[in-house]
Amino acid sequence: MSEILLQIDGKEVKATEGMTVLEAAQQAGIDIPTLCHHEKLEPYGGCRMCTVEVETRGRMKTVAACLYPVEPDLVVRTRSELVDKIRKMILELLMAHAPDSEKLQELAQEYGADRNRFGKESSFCILCGLCVRYCAEVKKKHAIGFINRGGNREIAFIPEIAAKECWNCKECFPLCPTSYLQAAYVLTEALSFPAVASKSPAEK
Amino acid sequence: MPKITSAAELEALRKEIASKRDPDTPSIAVCAGAGCLGQGNDRVIRAFEEEIKKQSLAEKVALRATGCHGFCDRGPNVVIYPDEICYMEVTPEDVPEIVQETVLGKKVVDRLIYTDPGTEEKAAHLSDVPFYKKQVRNLIGANTRIDPQSLEDYLAIDGYAALSKALFEMGPEEVLEEIKKANLRGRGGGGFPAGLKWETARNAPGEEKYVIVNGHEGEPGAFMDRALFTGNPHCVLEGLIIGAYAIGSHQGFIYTRHDSPQLIQNIETALAKAREYGLLGDDILGSGFDFDVEVHFDVGIFVSGESSALMRSIEGKNPEPRPKYIRTSVSGIWNRPSNLNNVETWANVAQIINRGADWYAGIGTDRSKGTKLLSLSGAIRNTGVVEVPFGTTLREIVYDIGGGIRDGKKLKAVHFGGPMGGSVPERFLDTPLDFDEMSKIGAPIGAGGMLVLDEDTNMVELTRFYLNFLTNESCGKCVPCREGIRQMLKIVTRIRQGEGRSGDIELLEEIAEVMGAASLCSLGKTAADPLKGTLRYFRDEYEANIAE
Repeated sequence: MSEILLQIDGKEVKATEGMTVLEAAQQAGIDIPTLCHHEKLEPYGGCRMCTVEVETRGRMKTVAACLYPVEPDLVVRTRSELVDKIRKMILELLMAHAPDSEKLQELAQEYGADRNRFGKESSFCILCGLCVRYCAEVKKKHAIGFINRGGNREIAFIPEIAAKECWNCKECFPLCPTSYLQAAYVLTEALSFPAVASKSPAEK
Repeated sequence: MPKITSAAELEALRKEIASKRDPDTPSIAVCAGAGCLGQGNDRVIRAFEEEIKKQSLAEKVALRATGCHGFCDRGPNVVIYPDEICYMEVTPEDVPEIVQETVLGKKVVDRLIYTDPGTEEKAAHLSDVPFYKKQVRNLIGANTRIDPQSLEDYLAIDGYAALSKALFEMGPEEVLEEIKKANLRGRGGGGFPAGLKWETARNAPGEEKYVIVNGHEGEPGAFMDRALFTGNPHCVLEGLIIGAYAIGSHQGFIYTRHDSPQLIQNIETALAKAREYGLLGDDILGSGFDFDVEVHFDVGIFVSGESSALMRSIEGKNPEPRPKYIRTSVSGIWNRPSNLNNVETWANVAQIINRGADWYAGIGTDRSKGTKLLSLSGAIRNTGVVEVPFGTTLREIVYDIGGGIRDGKKLKAVHFGGPMGGSVPERFLDTPLDFDEMSKIGAPIGAGGMLVLDEDTNMVELTRFYLNFLTNESCGKCVPCREGIRQMLKIVTRIRQGEGRSGDIELLEEIAEVMGAASLCSLGKTAADPLKGTLRYFRDEYEANIAE
């Protein structure tokens, strides 16, 4: 793996080929906010909170740091007027769903986001996909997935799998930034788990 | 039919087909395109079959159910060769008279030919009908002359001559140079030079490379690709094989509509015939070049036409776009170099190889070469599939070809590119059809859906319609697109209802800016374009509905 030199916020940063801008920044102690990123999971690029400005071959563009591969002489700006505007808007859009999420509130303070800018939506999920991807990539169980698309997208447990796999796992619960996941689980359990299967073997 | 194993055998077969065909034999081309079939043309086709049987004319008359002729508005369409007599709005009851008078008697049935609604002038021949007259139908023109299911018909109009020329008289680099020199630009929306894309895929590391036909055509108001692909599948396939040869690919994919049985049938038949004749498979035409094609169908969602989502779909995964920080021509399907072009782009290839880049570059404008297919719809008299050289002005398309606005109304705007496109007002009608000129005025050609809007159109409602479409068709993965469209739709809806609030326009503009800069794929990046366009030219319609 060859070494790559790039510049992040005016600082020379060493990285290795194949790394993302986010990884290079984290290694250099430079903070880039994320909502859907998790070190155990494949980069997703869904929340766009990690949007940064990069300059390459004389052209500036905005990219997702969690996905953009490092390249020699790349110039990265993790804060700028545009970047801050994007992050503020993303937080405001998400707070229409989950105004009380601690993680969102923390970031909202940093970026001056107004939690009441948009009317409240009935879903508390911000669709970061941490639960879905953790279950698929780490646990390889696929007990929870996305259903529908666009504005109708939501997470849903697959009752047949969840009834068998979830009772002694629940490793996804602490990943959820809004607690909607727990609610979805309880609802699935109540509505569709067979009476016996949802109990632990000891309880049977 | 034994496989053809050399260029000479192909030409011998072509001669044999020609020798069996007398150019003076009457031939009836009945449009079996989606529009005409919807208007009952299957009954017209059956009526011709029965009449031919009844009069025992099978030996003397050729009957073809063809692809789309173009003039959907006046369908069902029928063209009688060799004189190219063009009949419109034909019913099964007209058929005995057409056979008696025109096919046998060489006379024109006056009441079935085109009559101009303004001047009452009549036109009997296809090329005299105003709708067709100003078109240059290099691609779609073949539709009336072939049965899409007949390889012989395609060979009879010089089909696969370009493939033979490429394989036996040119090296892959020469083919690539010819496409670059012709400056063929992608017809799917972006207008990216196809030759450069091919070159990137050719030079990308890796043994296994793929070529793909994007025949998804999911945007509302676009129907030209399926007209071309259904009517002349071999033309697209020939372009694809030539492209594969230039790029060094041995596996192709056709990704197309699941909901068009006729299109599927014609593609499957074309592939089967091509394999049978040795035009597809191992050792094509005895050249040593191997190439085959698999057909995949979309899953009924708009975003699966986005190239990276389409490639995920071919892999068998959810059609969710992925960021193209590394181009798909370098890392696409299964992370292998994958060159994707749209149906119309591939269809242009054979004529460039046949007639040369210089000929091709002589058509069009400085930077947009060749012809462009358009789906002409909306408040216009003559709706249908249109093919014009680049450089034709919007005014010529609307008035000379399109016959002007319906019901004596005035033109308000022309909208290109569907839900991710833009509208421009009447004062831009003298703009030439050109990738760059159209982008400059805010109505990029996109795939070629051209919607004509009259004075009664509410531009806020048009924007609301497209946002509503997109909120259901975004994949929903990234926040700016999913949530941005949701909020824009809410705001535009309240403005439409006369309940706009002060600051709404500025808020819409801010959301649009964030979506453009931060969305994951081109759907999100351009989803706000109809909004931006209508705010640019029709801002007063928004302002009128906002309480001060």
